[in-house]
Amino acid sequence: MKIEVDDTRCFAVGNCALHAPAVFDQNDEDGRVVVLDPAPSEQQYAQVREAASRCPAAVIVLHEDAPDRPGTIPREE
Amino acid sequence: MPPLAAPGADHVQPVPIGGRAAQCPFAPVAELYDTQKEDELSRVKVPSPMLGEFDAVLVTRYDDVKDVLADEGLRMGGSMPYQPGNLLSYDGPEHTRLRRMLTASFTTKRARELRPGIEAVVASSLDAVEEAGPGADLVQLFSTPIPTLVICELLGVPYTDREGFQRRTALALDFTQSREVQMEKAAEMMAYMAQLVARHRENAGDNVLGRVVREYGDQLSDEELAGIGNMLLIAGHETIANTLSSSIALLLQHPEQLAAVRDDPSVTDSAVEELLRYIAPATILPRQAAGDICVRDQEIHKGEHVVPSVLAANRDLGTADQDLDSLDVRRPAQRHLTFGFGPHQCLGQQLARMELRVALPALFTRFPTLRSAVPLDDLEYRTNALVFGVNALPVTW
Ligand code: HEM
Ligand code: SF4
Repeated sequence: MKIEVDDTRCFAVGNCALHAPAVFDQNDEDGRVVVLDPAPSEQQYAQVREAASRCPAAVIVLHEDAPDRPGTIPREE
Repeated sequence: MPPLAAPGADHVQPVPIGGRAAQCPFAPVAELYDTQKEDELSRVKVPSPMLGEFDAVLVTRYDDVKDVLADEGLRMGGSMPYQPGNLLSYDGPEHTRLRRMLTASFTTKRARELRPGIEAVVASSLDAVEEAGPGADLVQLFSTPIPTLVICELLGVPYTDREGFQRRTALALDFTQSREVQMEKAAEMMAYMAQLVARHRENAGDNVLGRVVREYGDQLSDEELAGIGNMLLIAGHETIANTLSSSIALLLQHPEQLAAVRDDPSVTDSAVEELLRYIAPATILPRQAAGDICVRDQEIHKGEHVVPSVLAANRDLGTADQDLDSLDVRRPAQRHLTFGFGPHQCLGQQLARMELRVALPALFTRFPTLRSAVPLDDLEYRTNALVFGVNALPVTW
């Protein structure tokens, strides 16, 4: 999976960071989305999908078919 | 496209503005469920104590409410007078510009940073309840002071001013007071906000209003800054106070679920989401079509009012194993639109979650034998106010 966001249209509500804190954060200047991990590990998929579907600006796009980075070690929370 | 009834057509029937059933204030009126099943959008008359009766397109399905609230072709309902600095008065790029000045103060991270302050406020309210003794009214001593004091933190209200601030807020927002008293207190509140802004202009504090003054003070007038302060008070006060009171009233009706919230900290987060979903205190999010727009394949015409029902939408996605008409604090967090959706989605929602997560378990832990001092059926609910809630909640322990 690969995550793409259009942060110019982000409403900065932070639902992404609430639902998938290991993958999304918000910047300190205006709270817009920051993707911490654009190719999350499989354990994160459910949370990431939840985050994307709850984004009120619909700016989180998931490329479900994209391969994970080769050799990525699953992140630990 | 199915033919649509023109506004004012014969079958148009009034739906109470809060949309709540007489027998159970937490449940939607039957008409809302009926509408949900109809493929055709309904036109209804909405009687409103504040706006007079108006015709509106009623939207009740989860997906439709979400679409409508995210639609850029709708603007804010024009139901409130324009208030400079109040985000709910703006649309489009002007709204985005103002909102961006505030979002940094309401991130998930900021909400976490505010936690110790919220804990202190909750503890002091609990002390006041304990001091008052059995018979204490939780609306006055718990649900109301908590959001007021949190807002004092956001605005940087000095400790010496807080008592006066609390008194004025309570009167300005008390709908049982005469309109004159309310207007007078609201005017006093605006004057006080102007004073706070002047102080931040001199020496900007380390809080939401101070930060806006420091970072954007050159782009905003004093009137807009005072309006921002007032908006935070109005948006963050009644909503939290009433959600707290309604949550307590509901949990007192479900003692076994109350016990779960009290005894199992792992239930807190899902319980708060469930209570928010079920109570949906801010039910009316009026909009007006700026041009012709479509919901599914049906047109809403320019100028028509649109009233999405969050109360109905929040119960729309039930399945065989999730009955969304019942309260279940242990179920996994369900989708809800209690904070709205789209560009105006609640700015303070992460803070709101934090206030509820801290306050509810703390109350039940401090008073493990908490119960209502009056029969639960005698509690009076505000079903027709813009924010749903409970008038008084006398308890004993
Ligand atoms: C349980 C508590 C709360 C509920 C249910 C709630 C609900 C809502 C809803 C439904 C909206 C959207 C209104 C619309 O689209 O017409 C909204 C907007 C807003 N809320 Fe909240 N709210 C809560 C707490 C708070 C708190 C604590 C604050 C801040 C201190 C806050 C600040 C705001 C602001 C500033 C807006 C306007 C956003 C905009 O127009 O861009 N809210 N809220
Ligand atoms: S949920 Fe969407 S709008 Fe909100 S911060 Fe994340 S990306 Fe931005």
